[in-house]
Amino acid sequence: MRWRSIVLGLLATLIVWQLLAWVINRPVFPLPFKVLVIFVRDIGRDLGRHLLVSAWRVVGAILLSVVAAVPLGLGLGQTPLLNRLFAPLVYILYPVPKIIFLPVILILLGSGDVSKIFIITIILFFQILVVVRDAAAELRPELLLSVRSIGAGRRALYRFVYLPAAIPAVLTALRVSVGTAIAVLFIAESFATTSGLGYYIMTETWSTLKYPEMYSGVLAMSLLGLLLYWAIDLLDRRLCPWREAI
Amino acid sequence: MLQGLTFAYPPGPVIFEGFSWQVALGEAWAIIGPSGCGKSTLLTLIAGLRRPIDGTLLVDGRALQRPRPRTGLILQDYGLLPWATVWDNVALGLKIRRFYGPDGKHAPVDEDPRFWKAQIDEWLQRLDIAHLAQQYPSQISGGQRQRAAIARTLALAPDLLLMDEPFGALDAMTREDLQTLTLELQAEQRLTTLVVTHNIEEALIVGRKILVLGRPPHRKAVIVGNPARPQPGRRLDETFLACRDQLRELLGESMDALA
Repeated sequence: MRWRSIVLGLLATLIVWQLLAWVINRPVFPLPFKVLVIFVRDIGRDLGRHLLVSAWRVVGAILLSVVAAVPLGLGLGQTPLLNRLFAPLVYILYPVPKIIFLPVILILLGSGDVSKIFIITIILFFQILVVVRDAAAELRPELLLSVRSIGAGRRALYRFVYLPAAIPAVLTALRVSVGTAIAVLFIAESFATTSGLGYYIMTETWSTLKYPEMYSGVLAMSLLGLLLYWAIDLLDRRLCPWREAI
Repeated sequence: MLQGLTFAYPPGPVIFEGFSWQVALGEAWAIIGPSGCGKSTLLTLIAGLRRPIDGTLLVDGRALQRPRPRTGLILQDYGLLPWATVWDNVALGLKIRRFYGPDGKHAPVDEDPRFWKAQIDEWLQRLDIAHLAQQYPSQISGGQRQRAAIARTLALAPDLLLMDEPFGALDAMTREDLQTLTLELQAEQRLTTLVVTHNIEEALIVGRKILVLGRPPHRKAVIVGNPARPQPGRRLDETFLACRDQLRELLGESMDALA
């Protein structure tokens, strides 16, 4: 069922693309076959390198944001006093579109990997923080009492209750925000840089009118999103088999 | 066991004030009272999960500072980890002990860690849930969940078993099964048991002695003896009925007082 729907989805996409290319019939909308050939030709060369650079930036940002947001989220979620203190701040900062700080971040952190990873990290950070905090806060007091009653102190509560409760929350947060993360990466990579798929699409191909090459970059970025999404799915099935059992 | 105990949830009213109560080794007690009377609070105090404001709480001759490794507590529901299988849930207590090592604080020093997996399997067998070992709590019935909770607690070889409305959410048949099982285990493991309930019949079945809590603050322990503890299913003999009426009367007074 899963594989069948993936193949069917790809096929439908190709058909729609082909039809649109015929109807539009301009160089800016090339046929899928032409793009696929270029994609296969270039993926072993420059395009592959840009894909790897972009992938490393997103994955680095995901890891950093998880490491930063999970302990903080757990801390806020199980300490009502701390949460009351910080909730207004989180409430105000959470909906602010962090991408607007890109100019500031570019000036402060330069145009290298650091600024790109940083902007994605702060976006993912707030998503994960809020979901993990709520997951920790929603644990039933009865559950905590009963685990304490069989001998768990603070450390064991973390190991056996809070951490396992945080894993599905983190995966949920990543699932909904991995698309945003890649979109932000695209924007961040289209400025003042010489590597990454955003650079490849905007500078190397679009501004030199190499449309089929540009589409191979679009394809690579879509692939990046799809692969990350699959990885999260796989982790979910590995780490949270009980979610499927319900 | 309890001497001059005082407890309150600040800023709320005092629930226990200079309350004293004794439980002897191996006794089976029921604690009964209307909801909100503080009977669950009493259990969490004895479990060491809350600290009294004043007075001393002695368990096994020692003042209670923290949850004691040999005290088991079973709650009405929600006690199992939803993300762990029945096997892992039953093993949780032993895993926590292995996590800390036998430090005497979280785990008894005399624990033999070698056979812990076999111990889990034995308890799953004893409670008739071995076939559910790989299921998750959401996939099994309320009675089976409660059996898992009991197995988890008994796998820790407790000498004092505290149960808070353990069978409240179950249907009548399952409840009777588990009441019988509790009685068997109590005798078999030589446990001291304290069962909190709001059900008069249940109190009479699981308690050889019954502590009646009326309206807080509680200052004096009101105790009803129940020498002719009936078997579940045989609930109509005369002493049973007499005891039941006595409890009704006591609780009726406290209900009036609450109203």
